[in-house]
Amino acid sequence: MTDSQERWQRVNLALACFALDPAALGGIWLRARVGPVRDRVQKGLETALQGLSLRRLHPGIGDNALFGGIDLAATLAEGHVIRTRGILDGTAVLLMPMAERVKPGLAARLATAIDARKGLSLIAFDEGAEPEETLPPALADRLAIHLDLAAQGLSDAPELALDLAALAEARLLLPRVRLPDSAICEMAEVAARLGIGSLRAPLQALALARASAALMGEDCVEQADLTLAVELVLAPRATQLPQNTQEPPPETEPDPPNPEKAETADEGDDQDQTDLPPVEMLIEAAKAMLPPDLLARLQAGRAARQAPAANGSGAAKKGNRRGRPLPSRPGRMGGDARVDLVATLRAAAPWQPMRRKASGVHDRLHIQMSDIRLRQFEETSDRAIIFVVDASGSAALARLGEAKGAIELLLGEAYARRDHVALVAFRGDGAEVLLPPTRSLVQTKRRLAQLPGGGGTPLAAGLKAALELALLAQGKGMTASLAVLTDGRANVDLAGIANRAQAGTDATAMAKAIRARGIPALVIDTGLRPTPGLATLAGDLGAPYLALPRADARALSAAVDASLSLA
Amino acid sequence: MKDVTLTGPFPFSAIVGQEDMKLAMILTAIDPGIGGVLVFGDRGTGKSTAVRGLAALLPPISAVAGCPVNSAHEGDIPDWAQVSDTAIIEKPTPVIDLPLGATEDRVVGALDIEKALTRGEKAFEPGLLARANRGYLYIDEVNLLEDHLVDLLLDVAQSGLNVVEREGLSIRHAARFVLVGSGNPEEGELRPQLLDRFGLSVDVTSPKDIDTRIEVIRRRDSYDRDPGGFLTEWRGTDMDLRARIVSAREGLGHVDAGEPILRDCAALCLALGSDGLRGELTLLRAARALAAFDGDRVVTRDHLRRVAPAALRHRLRRDPLDEAGSTTRVTRVVEEVLA
Repeated sequence: MTDSQERWQRVNLALACFALDPAALGGIWLRARVGPVRDRVQKGLETALQGLSLRRLHPGIGDNALFGGIDLAATLAEGHVIRTRGILDGTAVLLMPMAERVKPGLAARLATAIDARKGLSLIAFDEGAEPEETLPPALADRLAIHLDLAAQGLSDAPELALDLAALAEARLLLPRVRLPDSAICEMAEVAARLGIGSLRAPLQALALARASAALMGEDCVEQADLTLAVELVLAPRATQLPQNTQEPPPETEPDPPNPEKAETADEGDDQDQTDLPPVEMLIEAAKAMLPPDLLARLQAGRAARQAPAANGSGAAKKGNRRGRPLPSRPGRMGGDARVDLVATLRAAAPWQPMRRKASGVHDRLHIQMSDIRLRQFEETSDRAIIFVVDASGSAALARLGEAKGAIELLLGEAYARRDHVALVAFRGDGAEVLLPPTRSLVQTKRRLAQLPGGGGTPLAAGLKAALELALLAQGKGMTASLAVLTDGRANVDLAGIANRAQAGTDATAMAKAIRARGIPALVIDTGLRPTPGLATLAGDLGAPYLALPRADARALSAAVDASLSLA
Repeated sequence: MKDVTLTGPFPFSAIVGQEDMKLAMILTAIDPGIGGVLVFGDRGTGKSTAVRGLAALLPPISAVAGCPVNSAHEGDIPDWAQVSDTAIIEKPTPVIDLPLGATEDRVVGALDIEKALTRGEKAFEPGLLARANRGYLYIDEVNLLEDHLVDLLLDVAQSGLNVVEREGLSIRHAARFVLVGSGNPEEGELRPQLLDRFGLSVDVTSPKDIDTRIEVIRRRDSYDRDPGGFLTEWRGTDMDLRARIVSAREGLGHVDAGEPILRDCAALCLALGSDGLRGELTLLRAARALAAFDGDRVVTRDHLRRVAPAALRHRLRRDPLDEAGSTTRVTRVVEEVLA
C-alpha cells in the first residue's frame, strides 16, 4: 500500500472516530483546497454524522447568528419580542469552510463554546494556500484531529467506507472502554518528546484512542489505538523531532542502532518507570507521520503551522465603532452595528400617519426595518511597515543588525501607533520573509535572533517578496508601506541567475508593479557614496530617496517613521 | 448560570503545579484591592481552568436577588433598575467572561432595544460590567482585545463606576471588579497603560517535567470521565482553601507592615525604575495579603521576596534590546536590594 493510500485510510478512521465522540474530540482541522478529494471527505462526513445536527457557518458570522438575538423584522411586525436561535445553541457539528479567514474574535468564541463541552464540535475546512494563511492557533488547539490533504491524489482517494451499523454498535461500547494508566503516561511522554507544549493534545489523543478502541470492538485501549491517536493527533502538532535535531530527518526507516543509542542517553535523565518499548513504537509512528520539511521549518525558527504573526488586534476595521463619524446609512441591525436612534426616528416620522391608518394602531410608533439607520465611523487602518533589507555583500551584517534594531524600536512604540512591522531579506539567489507582519516584540526577537548575510543582490526577488507580503497585509485591512535598505545595484535576476542586465530590468519591472498597486515606499541608500542606480529605482517606485550612510537603528526608525507617515 | 453541584468547573486545588498563578489569584481573592491578575503564557496551560475553578472556590456573596449589579443592600440598587425581588440571597461570586470582540453595547450596557421598540420605553439593559460588579471580569486573549474596549475597561477599573451617556440615556452604576486577563505574548503586546492596571502578573509555561504532565492529564481525564466523583473527591481540599481565604480576609486588617518593609518596597521600585507609585502600593498590599494567607501578623522580607516578581515584572520600562526577561531583572534586583 502506498503512503497516499495509507493516509486515506487514516482519514477514513479519523472520520469514524470523530463520528463516535464528536464532543470529546472537539473537531477536525482539514487543510485542503476545494476539489474532488475534499468533496469525498465532506460526503463521508455527512454519511458518518447522520442523525447529528450539522450546521454551516462562515468566518464572517456575527454575534446575532452565533448566539441568537432579537429578530427585528418579526419583532416589529408582531409587536412583541421574537428571538432567533443561535448556531451555538444545543448539540451540533459545525461545518466551517474558509476557516483560514477566521478572525481571532470568532476563534475565541468558538473555542469557548467547544471548551464548554455542551456537545458542540467544529470541522474547519482550511483552504489556505500559503503557510501563513491558516486557522487561528487558539482554535486549532481545540480540534483534536489535524488532517492535511494538500498532497492527496484523487486516484488514491476512493469513496470513504463508513459502516453505520458498526458505528452505532461502537457508540454503545464507548462508555465502557477502559484506559490503562500506562496509556496516559505514554501519551504524555510522546507529546513531550515531540515538543508539544499544550496539554490539550495528549488529552485529545486519549479520547481518540478510546474512540478507536470502541470502533475495533475492544473494551480496553490497545497499542494500535494509541498508534492511531499519535498519528492523527500528536504527530501533526510536533514542533521538534523526537531525537536530537542534529540527526538527518528520517527518510524511510532510520537504521535501528542509532536511535536506540540516542534513546538510552535520553532516558537517563527521565525516570525509568515508564515502559520503554511501547513509547518507542509510538515515537516511530509519529516520526513516520512528521511533515518531511519539519527540519527545514525548525531551522526557519518555528513550525510554520504555528501562529500567523499578523493576527494582532486592530486589523481590518469595519468602521462602525469609532473614528470620525460619517452620516448614518440604512442597514440591518446586527450584533456589530449601532443603531442611530435619532436618524431612525427621523426616517420613520413622515410615514407615521399612513402607517397608523393602515394598521389601525394609534398609540405607538410604527417603525419598520427600512427605517433603521446605522452609525458609521471612518477610521484609518493599521500600518504595516515592510523592511526590505539587502543582506548581500560585505556590509550586510551591519545593515541587517541596524534594520533589526530599527524594527524593534518601531515595535517598542507600536502599541501607540498601530504599526505592524515585517522584514524581508534578499541575498544570494532569492529573498526570504524573515518576519511576517507582527506587533509582537517577543516573536520578533525570537525570529531575528539569527540573520544570514552575504552573496549577490537579487533586488527584484526582494521587491517581489515584499509586494506579496504587502498585498497579504492589505487583505487583512492594513495599510502597507515598504522601506528598502540597500547599497548596491541589482546583479541577480528573478530566476536567481547572476545577470546584471536582466537583474536591472527585473528590478525596474517589480518597482513599477509596486508603484502600480499604490504601495508607498522609501528607498534608503546605506552605501558610503550615493549609488546612482538607486535614485532611479526610487523614481520607478515613486518613492523618496534617502542617503543614510552608516545609518544606525535610531536614525533609521526616525527616517522611516517620518517619510512613511507622510505617505 | 451553571449548576455548581452537578457539573462544576475543574476544582481549583486539583490544578497541578502553576503555583505562581494560583497564588496570585488567591491573593486577589483575599484583597480585591490588589487590582487584578494578568496571566501570560502558552496555550493549554490551565489559565482559563484556574479562573473558572476560582469562581467555584470563592465564598458566596450576599446580594439583592433581583439586582442587576449584585448590590449588597437595597439602598445600593441603582435607580434605573426596576427590582421586584429585594430579598437578600447568597450568590456565587460572579466571574464574567468578556469575549474577544464583544461589542461596546454588551460590555457597558445599552438602550434596551426590545423595550424601546415594543413598548416605547426608554430602559437600560445592563451589560457585562454590571454583572461583574463585586466579582471577577475575565478576559481571555486580553492582548487581542480591541483598543477602544481596553480604554473603556481602564476607565471603569480605575473609577469603579460605569458611566453610560448615550442614546439619550444617562446611567451610572457601581462596577468594582477584579480584572483577570490571560493571553499569549507571541500574538501581540499589551499597552503599558493596561499592563500597569493589573496588580499582579504571572508567566505560565507548560510543565516540562513528564511526571507533572502525566499527573495533569490523569486528573483532567478522570474529571472528564466522571465530573461528579472527581468534584466530590476534591471538595474537601477546595473547602479547606476557601476557609483559609476567608480567615485571611478577616486577618488582613491586623497584619502589620513596619517602617523597614515600606522602605524595602520603595527601594525595590526605585532600583527597578518602575513608573509611578502603583508598584510600591501593590507590592505592599500583595505582601500583606500573603502574610494574612500564611497566618502571620507581620509582613516580612520573605513575603516581599515571594510577591515581588508578580507585583513588579510588568511595570518595568520596556527595553526592546534587552534579551533577558523582566522576571530575571526583578529577581536580580530583589536579591540585591534585600540581600
